[in-house]
Amino acid sequence: MIETDILIIGAGPTGLFAVFEAGLLKLKCHLIDALPQVGGQCSEIYPKKPIYDIPGFPEVLAGDLVTNLMAQIKPFQPGFTLGERAQTIEKLQDGSFIVTTNKGTKHHAPIVAIAGGLGSFEPRKPLIENLAKFEDKGIAYIIKDPEVYRNKSVVIAGGGDSALDWSIFLADVAEEVTLVHRRNEFRGALDSVEKVQQLKNEGRINLVTPAEIVGLQGEDKLEAVVIKKTGATTDTILEVDNFIPLFGLSPKLGPIGDWGLEIERNAIKVDNTLDYQTNIPGIYAIGDVNTYPGKLKLILCGFHEATLMCQSAYQKIFPDKKYVMKYTTVGGVQGFDGSKKEAPKAVVKAID
Amino acid sequence: MDIKIKITDREGVTHEVDAPTDMNMNLMEIVRSYELAPEGTIGICGGMAMCASCQCYVQSAHALPEKSDDEDAMLAEAFNVEENSRLGCQIHITEDLDGLEVTLAPED
Repeated sequence: MIETDILIIGAGPTGLFAVFEAGLLKLKCHLIDALPQVGGQCSEIYPKKPIYDIPGFPEVLAGDLVTNLMAQIKPFQPGFTLGERAQTIEKLQDGSFIVTTNKGTKHHAPIVAIAGGLGSFEPRKPLIENLAKFEDKGIAYIIKDPEVYRNKSVVIAGGGDSALDWSIFLADVAEEVTLVHRRNEFRGALDSVEKVQQLKNEGRINLVTPAEIVGLQGEDKLEAVVIKKTGATTDTILEVDNFIPLFGLSPKLGPIGDWGLEIERNAIKVDNTLDYQTNIPGIYAIGDVNTYPGKLKLILCGFHEATLMCQSAYQKIFPDKKYVMKYTTVGGVQGFDGSKKEAPKAVVKAID
Repeated sequence: MDIKIKITDREGVTHEVDAPTDMNMNLMEIVRSYELAPEGTIGICGGMAMCASCQCYVQSAHALPEKSDDEDAMLAEAFNVEENSRLGCQIHITEDLDGLEVTLAPED
C-alpha cells in the first residue's frame, strides 16, 4: 500500500504543479498516470509545440515545460505510479480513500485530487471485424515486452513515430517485420523515416504501402492478416504470428466516470467559488478535467486551481491548524530531501 | 459578416448555423460553440491537427484550401476516412464558405 497526503490522478502540468504547492505546505504527493511517462498531453500529443500563454514564458515548448515542472517539484520527492490507470476508489470510515489501479496497485490518502485532463489515454483501435477476438491472442496495441516477438513474424500498421520506431526496433528481434500504412508518406522524425528506408533497402523490413489491413484470420489465435493494397483488385493474405496496430492514443474519461462524481459534458463538476472540491468531500478535480461556470481549459488556470486545492486539502488534513500563506521569496523552498532554496540575504553595511 | 453553414451531427440531425468570418474561427470551433458534439469528443488536441476528433465529410462543392502535410498525415491514420474527409480545425471560416455543408464523422 502506497501512503501519501495528496493522491494526484494525472501527471500532466496541473498535477505536477500541485506537488509544488502541496510541498510548500509540507504535504507529500503521489501521482498515478496511465501513460508510461509524465507530462500528460504535453508529452504525449505535442511535446515539440510551443506554448505562448504560460505567464513569464514568452514561448516554451510543451516538452520543456514538463522538464521544468519536474525540476521545480524535485525537492518534494513525489512518488509515481506510471503506466497504470486509476480504476476504483473506496472511501474508508475515517474519510480517507483507497485508489486501486488496473494492475492492482493500492494507494491510500486522505485527499484525492483528480487532474486527469481529458481522461486516460487508450489506444485507438482500427475498425476490423474480429479484432477483439484476437486481442492478447496475437494482437496487442502496446508493446510491453519486445521479447514476446523474438523470432516471430510481425505486422505493424500505422504511419507515425511509434509505428516507425517499433518497426526499426523489432527488425533486430523478430524473424520478419512488415509495416503497412495507408500512404507512401510517413509522419515521424526524419532519422526514423530514413532508418526505415535503409532497413527496407536491406530487405529487413517489408514495406507495404499504400495499403490497409482489412481482415484477420485464425482459429484460436491470429494466423494471418488480409492486406488490401490501394488500387489492387485482389487482397493478399500474409501469414503472421502478431499484429500490432499503432494508430496513436485517444483520451477517455474511463473508470473515473463511475466514481459517483457529478459529471457534466465529460467533465467533473466542482465548486469554483471555493476550492475545486467535487460533490464527494475529500475528492477534488483540477485542470482540464473539471468544469464550472466560465471554465477555461488552460494550463495557467490549472495551476491556479491546483494552488487553491492544496490550501483546502491542508485545512482538511489539519482542521485545527491555522495556515498563514508565505511567499516563496520570503520563506524560500525547503525540500523534503533536505535541500533549501532561499533569497540571498542583503547585507547592512555602511559605505565610507 | 456571418455566413451560413449546414452541419449534420453524429446523430444525423442537420443544423443550419451562422458562422462569423471575423473572429478567426475554424469549423471545429463553430461545432463546439453551437455544442453540436459533446465536449470532450471533438477538438481534443485543441486544433493542432494531431487528433482526428473533428473529422468531417464535406458534402458541398466549395473550393477548400489545400490540406497541409500535417492534416494529410493525420487523415492517413484516422478511421472512417472518405475521399471528402477533412479536419474541421484546419478549415478557416471565410466568406467563400457561405453555404458549406458538412457531416461530422463518427467518434472513434
